[in-house]
Amino acid sequence: MSRPLGVANEDAVTLTGAERKEVRRRSFRLLAALALPQKKLFIQTIVLVLFTNAARVLLPILIALAIDWTLPQVRQGNWAALGLTGGAYIVCANLAGVLLSWYIKCAARISQAMLLDLRQKVFRHTQRLSLEFHESYTSGRIISRQTSDLETLRELLDQGVSELASSCVFIVFTLISIFALDWRSGVVVCIAVLPVAVLFHWYQSRSEVLYRESRVVSARVISTFVETMTGIRAVKAFRRERANDANYADIAGQYRDNSVRSFNLFGVLQPGLVLIGNLTVAALLAYGGFRIIDGTLAVGVMVAILLAAKRVFQPMDEIAMFYSSLQSATAALEKVSGLLEEEPTVLEPRSPRSIDRVRGELVFQDAVFGYGDGPVVMDRFDLKIEAGQTVAVVGQTGAGKSTLAKLIARFYDLRSGSLELDAVPISELSNIELRRHVVMVTQEAFLFSGTVAENIALGRPGASLEEIHDAARAVGAHEFILDLPDGYDTDVNKRGGRVSAGQRQLISFARAFLADPAVLILDEATSSLDIPSERAVQHGLQTLLGNRTALIIAHRLSTVQIADRVLVVHDGKIVEDGSPEELIAAEGRFAALHQAWLDSLV
Amino acid sequence: MRGIVAQGKSSGTAEAVPLSRTLKRLAPFVKPVLPRLIGGFFCALGAGIVALAIPQVLAKLVNDVLAVNGASAQVWYAVGIITLLGFVEALLIFLRRQFVLNPAAGVEMTMRVGFYKHLQRLPVAFHERWGSGQLLSRSMSDLSLLRRWLAFGAMMLIVDTVTVITGLALMFTHSWILGLLFLLGSIPIAIKAYHFRNDFRAASRLSQDQAGDLATAVEESVHGIRVIKSFGRGRDIYEGFNEQAKSLQETELSKARTLASFLLTVVAIPETILGIGLVIGIAQVSAGTLSVGSLVAFFAIAAVIAIPVEAMGMLLGMTLSTKTALERHFEVMDSINDITSPEAPVRPAQYSGAVQLDHVRFAYPDDAGRARPILAEINLQIRPGETMALVGITGSGKSTLLNLVPRLQDATAGTVKVHGVDVRDWDLDELRTEIAVAFEDTTLFSTSIRENVLMGAPGDLAAEQREALLAEALDVAQAHFAYQLADGVDTLIGEEGLSLSGGQRQRIALARAIAARPRVLVLDDPLSALDVRTEEAVTERLRSVLSGTTTLVVAHRPSTVVLADRVALLRDGRIDAVGSHANLLSTNEHYRYVIASLDENEPEIRSEVAR
Ligand SMILES: Nc1ncnc2c1ncn2[C@@H]1O[C@H](COP(=O)(O)OP(=O)(O)OP(=O)(O)O)[C@@H](O)[C@H]1O
Ligand SMILES: Nc1ncnc2c1ncn2[C@@H]1O[C@H](COP(=O)(O)OP(=O)(O)OP(=O)(O)O)[C@@H](O)[C@H]1O
Ligand SMILES: [Mg+2]
Ligand SMILES: [Mg+2]
Repeated sequence: MSRPLGVANEDAVTLTGAERKEVRRRSFRLLAALALPQKKLFIQTIVLVLFTNAARVLLPILIALAIDWTLPQVRQGNWAALGLTGGAYIVCANLAGVLLSWYIKCAARISQAMLLDLRQKVFRHTQRLSLEFHESYTSGRIISRQTSDLETLRELLDQGVSELASSCVFIVFTLISIFALDWRSGVVVCIAVLPVAVLFHWYQSRSEVLYRESRVVSARVISTFVETMTGIRAVKAFRRERANDANYADIAGQYRDNSVRSFNLFGVLQPGLVLIGNLTVAALLAYGGFRIIDGTLAVGVMVAILLAAKRVFQPMDEIAMFYSSLQSATAALEKVSGLLEEEPTVLEPRSPRSIDRVRGELVFQDAVFGYGDGPVVMDRFDLKIEAGQTVAVVGQTGAGKSTLAKLIARFYDLRSGSLELDAVPISELSNIELRRHVVMVTQEAFLFSGTVAENIALGRPGASLEEIHDAARAVGAHEFILDLPDGYDTDVNKRGGRVSAGQRQLISFARAFLADPAVLILDEATSSLDIPSERAVQHGLQTLLGNRTALIIAHRLSTVQIADRVLVVHDGKIVEDGSPEELIAAEGRFAALHQAWLDSLV
Repeated sequence: MRGIVAQGKSSGTAEAVPLSRTLKRLAPFVKPVLPRLIGGFFCALGAGIVALAIPQVLAKLVNDVLAVNGASAQVWYAVGIITLLGFVEALLIFLRRQFVLNPAAGVEMTMRVGFYKHLQRLPVAFHERWGSGQLLSRSMSDLSLLRRWLAFGAMMLIVDTVTVITGLALMFTHSWILGLLFLLGSIPIAIKAYHFRNDFRAASRLSQDQAGDLATAVEESVHGIRVIKSFGRGRDIYEGFNEQAKSLQETELSKARTLASFLLTVVAIPETILGIGLVIGIAQVSAGTLSVGSLVAFFAIAAVIAIPVEAMGMLLGMTLSTKTALERHFEVMDSINDITSPEAPVRPAQYSGAVQLDHVRFAYPDDAGRARPILAEINLQIRPGETMALVGITGSGKSTLLNLVPRLQDATAGTVKVHGVDVRDWDLDELRTEIAVAFEDTTLFSTSIRENVLMGAPGDLAAEQREALLAEALDVAQAHFAYQLADGVDTLIGEEGLSLSGGQRQRIALARAIAARPRVLVLDDPLSALDVRTEEAVTERLRSVLSGTTTLVVAHRPSTVVLADRVALLRDGRIDAVGSHANLLSTNEHYRYVIASLDENEPEIRSEVAR
């Protein structure tokens, strides 16, 4: 396949042969990639398991020894033998305990290391993916990849890869002992492997689909949950509670049904294996019974064979459990690996160029842009913004102002044409460098939970408290912040719910000032402010912009007063371009907008 | 390691409640399925007994029944018995799962849905404090742990306990000295178990909380992706996440260490005692006070109960984790919902549309220390059908006041009345049917435009009526753009509507409020993201729609104030003045300060205003 599938068919439960093969392969590849670095620990745990078992096997042998050998010795007055046996027993017992606890710690280390590795991988990768991806792939899905899908991997690892190893070793040894006792019986036991294989195969083909479905449904449960909690205000105000209850109960019901079906499937496998084991014993009994009658088999050997045969099947339970977790984890890793396979549409350059002294000149040439596969939003335009210019971008809602801004911030790449910062295409700048030079305050003022200071410091991690205060002062946020219960250390709560909408904007504004970029983009950064605060911000702007290049998007044309130049965007085109005075004089769209705005003021 | 565990302890919640009390709370959920669980328990017990019996029967059959030159009928007899037992064992295992798993999954689902229902009804104030990841982990992993414990852990714990006690009793019948010795061994185990319980419980609680916080971190990193990208802070956010992930890992490892050291005790002590018992036993046998048979039998039993004793260590760990998971669940279920419908809701005599705030005072809980609450003394009457604008500086409490009307928050003191009835006397659903809100941040959902707009629409409309309503609402909000999108009004608008432009989102949110056809409309700065032209168009259409609808609208600009019949000025937690725009403009200096774009640098505008 030329292009990886990625998350394209994530919600599909039944896959075509080729698709299935590919998702399975990438899932196992991921599992292998996670396991490989833990190779040494794996070997260590397996060795530990073997020794633990050995120590335990010794215990009954020691008891037998005590009765067969020590007892007569003691009767003859050799009490040292008793001390020896007892001592050996105690040593072995403690050794078994120590090894077991060591083994548990090792297993936990493997499991935790692999989980951490995967967590980091997924997190880093989702952060790397472009906005385009995030717009259609909801946060609920990413959370479900990071939580419930990871949980299945954890179950697999806790189920004990090393216990699997010890089970296998146990089976092999027991089998060998049967062969040693009587090879014919050994062959009979080996034949029993056939129905076991058939059963496993049956289970595998059924469970694969069920587990895949389980991942799809659980992601749905999680997405629904997260979206409700995120939009709880609207849910309440529009009385969606009851409709949501029904919807959620339905999805949660599907999830339960799916779980029950996979339990039932396993509920056939597990007793099925027991039954095969027991029937094998019965077959051996029949076979051996007649040979006893014939006199070709000794009764003692027969008992030993039967007991060993019964034991061969005991670890089957663990193997089945492991197998089932493996199926479940594979299904989950199918999804996770799909996410990891997605490539960002906005790529880091291979050999990034850098700008020595950034001036902040922006040049679009023949630029065309549309979101995803959608219609063209910005149609073939040229634009040159001189270094240090303050440019106001105005136009109707939906005209493409934010789109223009997001292009400069490289949230998206152009479909064709070029965009250069100081004569270097921005697609050839490393992400870090680009972000150092170009910063955008988005229309949605998003605050992270954490303190006010932390939120501002996001603009420049490592900034001193003094600098944070200065930035806040510059945008006129200092006073209200000091008024909060803990000042700069006040937690703003989830999404900044602790502060008012205008205050949120001021904080994100301060954040941008602290970042101190060469190109500053403000997208409706003052829309929720009252007029006095807006005015204060503009005062601050005038001094702070200095010789920075600034792109200011605003519906309130008061901003325009500080601009050197105005761009009017209409229907994805720049239809007017000039100084405010020129445009007002030209009596075009801007002049009309300006007049309308003046009229609106009172 | 100590540090983390201690930290978990200090959070306190794990300490207070004994296990039995936590489990008792499960009773209402478990009761209906109890018979099945008990059935499952007996099947498990039966399967265990059969599994133990088969080897005994085998040995006996071979030794007693089969003999050289015996009859083939005897072989078939023996084979028949073993086949039968084999089927019985498999059947019991099958039945155990059938009995238990379905109800356990049922309990899990019931509690999960109940949790969601409860959360939806908890007040907004609750949701502001709790990250969705934290809530999610309580709804998903905690409850699935409960399921596994119900279906497996609890049952095996009982089965194993029964096995161990039976084994012990049998041991006493063979040799009371050795039995007593074995029993003595349980004392250090009990002591160890006590410490284990405390440490493990604390670590388990901590790890569950940390996992929840980690999910919250993931959620924020996705919702805030635009900010992170625009500042190029991916690395810092990742480091924060990584730190959290690592401390979770450390907690998990410390959990494993605690468990490992407990299992060490559980394995080593009984076996050490057995070692001592072996010495004593042999001595006794050689002294003739004990038979060899009894000694062998004693050790055979000891070997059998060693497995459940060890398993009990694991099961105890699982039980403790389940307990803390349940505590986390009930912690949320117990959080008090102080915004509920009253026992006997009052219906207004007349759906007049009047909204009235009397002596309303409101303070956010964490603002207790402040000299003046956010809203100190609000008196405001909005007449039926009137449009009232609310004006005040940033952070003056406008949105807070608005929240009181649909009862998203309750006033600390004073009353808010809608149609003349105190909102606390209303049936909550009915009250909110009367009122529609457009929030300042738009909170759209990732469905289609149609579903978003019709969210609050009356449920009993015919299809064509819904279409008409949709068309009208979109028209009033000047959201005609919706029809031009790829799939028209069925276009999916992405998470939180983020594949729309800012102004488009705002208009959809406005259309949603209008489509709810409320008698009272509450609009929080509804035009802030619109350009002047569109704003004008919306204002014009709104005016005609609003006539007859009581409206409270927050305004930052004169252009929004134009909508209003009267304006209320909010200042220092009080309504400073109420009057017409022109009136306030000429009489109230604060009003001029807040709303008029007067600036010494803007003589041009000053002249406009003066005109
Ligand atoms: N992420 C997206 N995916 C698809 N289409 C989008 C996306 N963002 C915006 N659009 C569409 O692109 C067009 C331009 O949107 P843009 O956000 O640039 O408008 P705007 O000028 O900023 O408007 P506003 O003043 O309302 O913010 C709109 O029609 C919008 O629906
Ligand atoms: N959940 C909260 N907990 C504590 N304090 C809060 C909370 N929400 C808001 N506040 C505080 O209450 C005050 C009023 O906030 P509110 O959101 O009502 O302001 P507003 O008048 O709507 O401002 P804006 O014009 O910026 O939207 C602010 O100082 C804010 O910091
Ligand atoms: Mg925009
Ligand atoms: Mg507000």
